[in-house]
Amino acid sequence: MATAQSALPSGAASGGPSGGPTDGVLRTNDGVPLKTTLRRVNRRQKIIAFGLVLPLFLFILITFLAPIGMMLFRAVDNPVLQEQIPRTVALLNETWDGEGLPDDAVYDTLAEEMIQQYKVREIAKVGTRLNYEQGGLRSLITSTARTIARRAEPPWKEAFIKIDERWGEPETWGIIQNAAPRYTLSFVLAALDLRYDWQGDIVSQPENEQIYVKMFVRTIWISGLVTVLCLALGFPVGYLLANLPMRQSNLLMILVLLPFWTSLLVRTTTWIVLLQTEGVLNDIMVWVGLISDDGRVQMIYNQLGTIIAMTHILLPFMVLPIFSVMKTISPSHMRAARSLGATPPRAFWDVYVPQTLPGIGAGSILVFILSVGYYITPALVGGRTGQLISNFIAYHMQKSLNWGLAAALGGLLLLGVLVLYWLYNRLVGIDKMKFG
Amino acid sequence: MAEITDPFVRFQNVQKSYDGETLVVKNLQLDIAKGEFLTLLGPSGSGKTTCLMMLAGFESPTHGEIMLDGHPIHNVPPHKRGIGMVFQNYALFPHMTVTENVGYPLKVRGIGRNEMARRVDRALTMVELGHLGGRRPAQLSGGQQQRVALARALVFEPALVLLDEPLGALDKNLREQMQYELKHIHATLGVTMVYVTHDQTEALTMSDRIAVFDDGIIQQLDEPSTLYEEPSNAFVAQFIGENNRLLGTVESVDGTDCIVQTDNGDPIRALNVRTTGPGGRTLMSLRPERISINPNPGSMPNILPAEVLEVIYVGDHIRSRMSVCGRDDFIVKVPNWAGHVHLRRGEKVEIGWFASDCRALDA
Ligand SMILES: Nc1ncnc2c1ncn2[C@@H]1O[C@H](COP(=O)(O)OP(=O)(O)OP(=O)(O)O)[C@@H](O)[C@H]1O
Ligand SMILES: [Mg+2]
Repeated sequence: MATAQSALPSGAASGGPSGGPTDGVLRTNDGVPLKTTLRRVNRRQKIIAFGLVLPLFLFILITFLAPIGMMLFRAVDNPVLQEQIPRTVALLNETWDGEGLPDDAVYDTLAEEMIQQYKVREIAKVGTRLNYEQGGLRSLITSTARTIARRAEPPWKEAFIKIDERWGEPETWGIIQNAAPRYTLSFVLAALDLRYDWQGDIVSQPENEQIYVKMFVRTIWISGLVTVLCLALGFPVGYLLANLPMRQSNLLMILVLLPFWTSLLVRTTTWIVLLQTEGVLNDIMVWVGLISDDGRVQMIYNQLGTIIAMTHILLPFMVLPIFSVMKTISPSHMRAARSLGATPPRAFWDVYVPQTLPGIGAGSILVFILSVGYYITPALVGGRTGQLISNFIAYHMQKSLNWGLAAALGGLLLLGVLVLYWLYNRLVGIDKMKFG
Repeated sequence: MAEITDPFVRFQNVQKSYDGETLVVKNLQLDIAKGEFLTLLGPSGSGKTTCLMMLAGFESPTHGEIMLDGHPIHNVPPHKRGIGMVFQNYALFPHMTVTENVGYPLKVRGIGRNEMARRVDRALTMVELGHLGGRRPAQLSGGQQQRVALARALVFEPALVLLDEPLGALDKNLREQMQYELKHIHATLGVTMVYVTHDQTEALTMSDRIAVFDDGIIQQLDEPSTLYEEPSNAFVAQFIGENNRLLGTVESVDGTDCIVQTDNGDPIRALNVRTTGPGGRTLMSLRPERISINPNPGSMPNILPAEVLEVIYVGDHIRSRMSVCGRDDFIVKVPNWAGHVHLRRGEKVEIGWFASDCRALDA
């Protein structure tokens, strides 16, 4: 009886007449609360499960999460001025109110620190950092440092202004002050085509330097278009795959997967061969007489090239989730709809398509997120108009070495994707998604 | 069986082959009267679903014609046939609620919102699911899903409803309850129902007539009682209910009876249903409940010695396996009434039966 009693739900057990504590807590036969026992039993399984995923977790942590975190941190990290000319920066913050020129002491400290950094050949870093804020400051810093280290004499204020009259303008000092804090938003602002002016207010970049917002918009637009194209092309293929007899569908599946087995570079260069002005497609069109020889169409090294090549490369990511969802849809649903009076197109739209939504959702999110960060293909076939934001990130990583800006651009991209993901979850529901 | 004049559904010389090599349905002749509850009963793979699919329009006959209400329908697409169908796995639309599922046939017919709500409500009330309209099929039990499928097939008031093993997935109690409800709905609405099952009890309790299928052929088409008591061939006798089988050779024919010599030499008087005449082999089939234990000598034409091999208490009857005529699988059912004979293992008894209960069929 006691056994049966302890197995009852707590509500019943608490009113139970038989022995044992009646405080509403479920207990095993030896009086240990059921929850404790259960926890003890589960702990072992949890430890084993944890042990199984631990290697992968560490691997991801070390090779993926940590680098990404460190990279993103660079978007706000700003150590240069604090490390190279710390006393100048401190003194400037203490004594200068943004009106007029700073005290002589500031000039003196800067000269001292400049000479010191010049000798260890580090002063160019300061110049580079300040150049992000305003063009021309790198040469100002390096030439000043060279001059004062070699031949100029105190008093430094006069000497500085003599070397370059920009040292006699409050703007220069304002920029130094804005670039000084240990952590800064200026990279993030730059990624949004904004900047601090010398007084510390946020303003737009000059018209001819505004590129990144346009780039973000273009990236989103091209990614959206590629997603729609992949859906339009992939849905029928998925349907065929799911409904053809085994033999044909296996063959088709191999064709769909074929792109995965060839290198990305090979596939992209194939498009170049096909689409360039002297390429196969143009040749055929000229030969057929569709276009004249000097009217050859530019189909690559522009946006069109990017769109075509990306659609081709990302198509399998759309086909596979859609196919796997379609595979599970029972053909009897369509039959039922038709027996209930729906014409075949109506039945397809009312009954079949809604059931494929989880696959469409998964495929679309996959393709969209992949294309938002796509790099190689636009770099190879995008020309000037087909570049995406990731190409600019790469440029800042490899060429301009402005890692702060690269990190800010990447961070904004990540944030954008997360927002879209969140929106999708709100509207459709992530749990409705099926990847395969 | 009287000829059906003016049949509602008529299968005329229908043949069906999927692969061009084997006939799944062989020359089917079947008339179904208006308002009838007809069951297609048969073992798995005997072509029952195929027949329903041809009627519903999802498969076309390889040969022959199907008539609905006097008109050939081979050119009518499924959605214009106006046939309600309950599929083997219900085929409820998982992304629609119960109400939307049941309302779907009305929606595609362009019926107005109010009228639709009223009729959906009535259909759901009929299957006693009025309170679950907002749920999705996945949130329903098997029996509830089955009733939704039924409501959906009936809501547009089709004159013909096809049901393909609709109770296959339910447990015994629910099954029996649903059988009763289906029968009740059939009686109230007066629709023609064609019902597919491979459960013979279900077929016997529900149908006006049963067509027993095997190997693409209707083996027998009759009312349940006729089918049970007068199976016309060995397959039907075996398939419907439990039967004792005795093999023998026909010795002579005597009016409607015949005398059969069993393989171990006992003469037996049986009803001559379908034998090839004297000298031919025959299979006699005998219901276990038609056998008497220790009958008065001379009261029955067939009285034979038997040995009790096994006694099983079933509840409403006692089931006993005996050795008779050299066969060890002879089953006798003794009703569990107050004065029934108490059999014991190893006991030697005499058993007897009437000639009319023992049907001599083709071997
Ligand atoms: N689409 C098809 N293609 C080829 N053969 C089929 C097809 N559908 C059914 N068959 C074959 O036709 C025969 C009859 O099938 P059917 O589905 O009519 O049987 P059934 O009587 O409904 O059986 P069950 O009781 O198992 O549902 C089977 O041998 C089956 O293998
Ligand atoms: Mg079937």
